[in-house]
Amino acid sequence: MNVLSDHFAEFREGFLGTVELTGLSGLLALVLGILMAAFRVSPVPALRIFGTAWVTLLRNTPLVLLFLAVTLGLPALGLKGWDSFWLAVLTLGCYTSAFICEAVRSGINSVPVGQAEAARSIGMTFSQTLGQVVLPQATRIAVPPIGSLMIALAKNTAIASGFNVTQLGSVQKSLNADTGYNIYVIFLWIAVCYIIITLAISGLFRLLENRLAVAR
Amino acid sequence: MSEESVAEEATAAAVPLVVLKGVNKHFGALHVLQDIDLTIARGEVVVVIGPSGSGKSTLCRTINRLETTDAGSITIDGRPLPQEGKELARLRADVGMVFQSFNLFAHKTVLENVTLGQIKVRRTDRREAEQKARGLLDRVGVGAQADKYPAQLSGGQQQRVAIARALAMDPKVMLFDEPTSALDPEMINEVLEVMQQLARDGMTMVVVTHEMGFARSAANRVVFMADGRIVEEARPDQFFSNPRSDRAKDFLSKILHH
Repeated sequence: MNVLSDHFAEFREGFLGTVELTGLSGLLALVLGILMAAFRVSPVPALRIFGTAWVTLLRNTPLVLLFLAVTLGLPALGLKGWDSFWLAVLTLGCYTSAFICEAVRSGINSVPVGQAEAARSIGMTFSQTLGQVVLPQATRIAVPPIGSLMIALAKNTAIASGFNVTQLGSVQKSLNADTGYNIYVIFLWIAVCYIIITLAISGLFRLLENRLAVAR
Repeated sequence: MSEESVAEEATAAAVPLVVLKGVNKHFGALHVLQDIDLTIARGEVVVVIGPSGSGKSTLCRTINRLETTDAGSITIDGRPLPQEGKELARLRADVGMVFQSFNLFAHKTVLENVTLGQIKVRRTDRREAEQKARGLLDRVGVGAQADKYPAQLSGGQQQRVAIARALAMDPKVMLFDEPTSALDPEMINEVLEVMQQLARDGMTMVVVTHEMGFARSAANRVVFMADGRIVEEARPDQFFSNPRSDRAKDFLSKILHH
């Protein structure tokens, strides 16, 4: 009990850090994921190859290795001046985008081919067909798996604590040094914080699903 | 003899609207279109009939390049079909298409189905597009359904909406790919009547169908296909009363008296 009230500021900071990290990298993952899904179904071979390579590379790299590559590799390549928070957003966003891409693509594939053919036959371009006709219908199928991916992302942010980003994982590290608290209680409160975040994401996506269900 | 008279008619109507020359297409080992030559004049109604698997649907779909071809050329209004891209999209806007399975946009209302192309492709003002859409929906007899979703309509109503959606683009030619094959018998007529009216209004039409009654009454020319080839082309009265090829005789004997 004590540890939470004694160190509420640290907990709050860690909680907000995790929320920000999840929110921003989730947003990046959605944008990149939808873009990559569009690449993967595009009629241009170069884009399809790029999309496939993106997914294959990022989906198959362990997240810790990716963090190492980004936090050590990018500065070595000359990309200096980024603080560790934004590097973590970049890493988590790109990593998760590979999974989002595949969830979106499964949604796209669930839309009958005739829908796209009808759109093309009235003169719509590829991007209009995708944006006006296919993606709106693909969303219904893609939303539940994307919800799961966002929850996974929220938990994956813990890895960022190893790379100097203040979030829930780092609360435990700083408090561990402070002797006198039961470590299990610290972990319990951290777990409660994660549950608040993940349940909020579940709730948000359930809301979204319900809204999409009545939209037709 | 009939082929000659048909050819004369085609030349009489000045520049033909759709010209297919030496079109070939394979699906793997299957040669679905074999040396197809077909010329369609402005205002002409051409009905394509034949047994299933004869390539008639594929032929219809090559005209707006929903199916690519392996060889040969297709021109619409004097312009060859371009490669996939913006230019092809522009050309497709001038070629209306009606599908066997309607393919109305499931997430849009009936009205939105008919306005979407006008707004996004023709860049028409929304108000104007809605006005035109309502006019077209009234014309095909589904004006009262404008605010419903496609799934709430009967098959016949959906197909008439699909016709309105295609007409909203002011197409130069309309392609019908078995428009009544997925419909209950009692709904077939309501769709055929709309098509008859279109034909009377002078629309250039290519119709793939099994409706021989429609072919007889509305077609200027019947094209009979079998095994990927055009076997016979004739005026409907000549074709139905006196087919020249054995393949057509065989086909007609099977469908005309059960």
